[in-house]
Amino acid sequence: MYKQFRYAKNWMMIALCVISALLALVPLAYILTYTVVHGLSALNWDFFTNLPKPVGETGGGIANALVGTLIMLLLSSVIAIPIGILSGIYLSEFGNNKFGSTIRFLTDVMNGLPSIIIGVFAYTLIVVPMKRFSAIAGAVALAILMLPIIIRATEELIKLVPSHIREGGVAIGIPRWKVTLRIILRSALPGIITAIMLSVARAAGETAPLLFTALGNRFWQPRLDQPISAVSLQIFEYAKAPYEDWHAQAWAASFVVIMLILVFKIIIRIVAKGEIKSAA
Amino acid sequence: MAEQNNGTHKEENNSRTSHTTEGQHAVASRESQLRPANGQDTYSFKSYDKMSKTVIEIKDLNIYFGATHALKNVTMSIKQNSVTSIIGPSGCGKSTLLRTLNRMHEISGGVTMTGSVVFEGNEITSVDATELRKRVGMVFQKPNPFPSMTIMENVVAGLRFNGIRSRSILKETAEKCLIKAGLWHEVKDRLKEPALKLSGGQQQRLCIARALAVSPDVLLMDEPASALDPISTAKIEELIFELQPNYTIVIVTHNMQQAARVSNETAFMYIGKLIEFGKTKDVFSNPKNKQTEEYITGRFG
Repeated sequence: MYKQFRYAKNWMMIALCVISALLALVPLAYILTYTVVHGLSALNWDFFTNLPKPVGETGGGIANALVGTLIMLLLSSVIAIPIGILSGIYLSEFGNNKFGSTIRFLTDVMNGLPSIIIGVFAYTLIVVPMKRFSAIAGAVALAILMLPIIIRATEELIKLVPSHIREGGVAIGIPRWKVTLRIILRSALPGIITAIMLSVARAAGETAPLLFTALGNRFWQPRLDQPISAVSLQIFEYAKAPYEDWHAQAWAASFVVIMLILVFKIIIRIVAKGEIKSAA
Repeated sequence: MAEQNNGTHKEENNSRTSHTTEGQHAVASRESQLRPANGQDTYSFKSYDKMSKTVIEIKDLNIYFGATHALKNVTMSIKQNSVTSIIGPSGCGKSTLLRTLNRMHEISGGVTMTGSVVFEGNEITSVDATELRKRVGMVFQKPNPFPSMTIMENVVAGLRFNGIRSRSILKETAEKCLIKAGLWHEVKDRLKEPALKLSGGQQQRLCIARALAVSPDVLLMDEPASALDPISTAKIEELIFELQPNYTIVIVTHNMQQAARVSNETAFMYIGKLIEFGKTKDVFSNPKNKQTEEYITGRFG
């Protein structure tokens, strides 16, 4: 009797777990189907290659937005990667003091900062002195977003490299900084690259930091010191507007962004698996 | 059999012949880089006593890890081309002593050293640590090849990361050192493979080859064979025998029989003190100190 009750309880708990998991997937499935259903009408080759058209004209696209996002991601990577890796090296090699713990703590705080605050910060720092919105400001905002991820990952991965590797390098007369940069960093590099790609994937979808920095642009504008378009900004603009065909384009753009990030993350997983295999 | 001519010293240049084909210019350029840390502009090798031919002179060495007194007033001299073994029970300070000789104790902070260690006429704390370590190399207990690098890259790492980039010199040195380490025939066809694919014994010989590539004068070995199987251990001991005419070797071992096999001078340590130091056959067959005798006959340790 008691045994049956125990079995029933067991199955009930399992069912509860499965239902919870399915529930968690519901929003994702809903978003995907909704974006496809509503955006499919606007999804065609023109969509990827055309510039935005005025309201009422058909055939508008997100070409400039895609390029703008790409430009800003590249620029923010160029800013964030060196600073992030070197900071991570500092924290792991010399960071066992009060200064190091302060930096570590502040990095974690930065990780959780609302992205709009980062945008306002970049506005104050770059847009106001430059007296214009620009791709640079957007890139700086995205870089601030990417930094904490890279710093923490670099620090943790370097710490994972066993200390006898460092000893082995130092013991044959290689200067210590060279041991860190050429030998230890090299072994930690696969993981650091994965972390960089993850931070890029995160920055790719951000909208709030770009609101007051890159501003958005309906025209073809690849210059770095002028307002530039981004896919997330375009979605925001189109979704706010009252026009139906713009709504459809917003859905289509959302679908594109989701797919791009999905494909990117799949690539990251494949690369990471390969690294785990080669490190083993 | 010693190829080194160390009897005469000029003020600025060591007239010792290079014992690898690294190239005379590489030896000279390395030596011209040797500068005492206090900023003197000539690195003058003081001539040492030809009779004793001491390479490393340790006097009243004390090492403190914070409050722990790890080495207590150690005094000994290590002679040219000798194989000196340091034996003693666990925790007696053998590895600490060895690591002090090429200033590896500074890597982990919080270590205080008093006393003097003189290498080739210069106090080791007064010269650049990196330069010292090129002359006094070290091999560790657990083989530690650089993980993301190939066999070839591992062997020449010491040279490449010190500015020697010429491919021919690197290839030549790698071959010579792998032959010296007894590994050449096993790896000559697979130099581009990752170093971690080798077996434990091969990895340890690779580490020895890597240490030899920078042409040190002294090779410090911290229990080099304790992580290896008996066959690899025998190969390492054979290696020590082959290297002895050209290098000065100091080996720490917890295996007394190994010490008796490979070394010609032995130092017995116990709880941080150097109890006895002398020719291996004297220490093992006729120890002067009672503690030495007790350790050797296995009464403790």
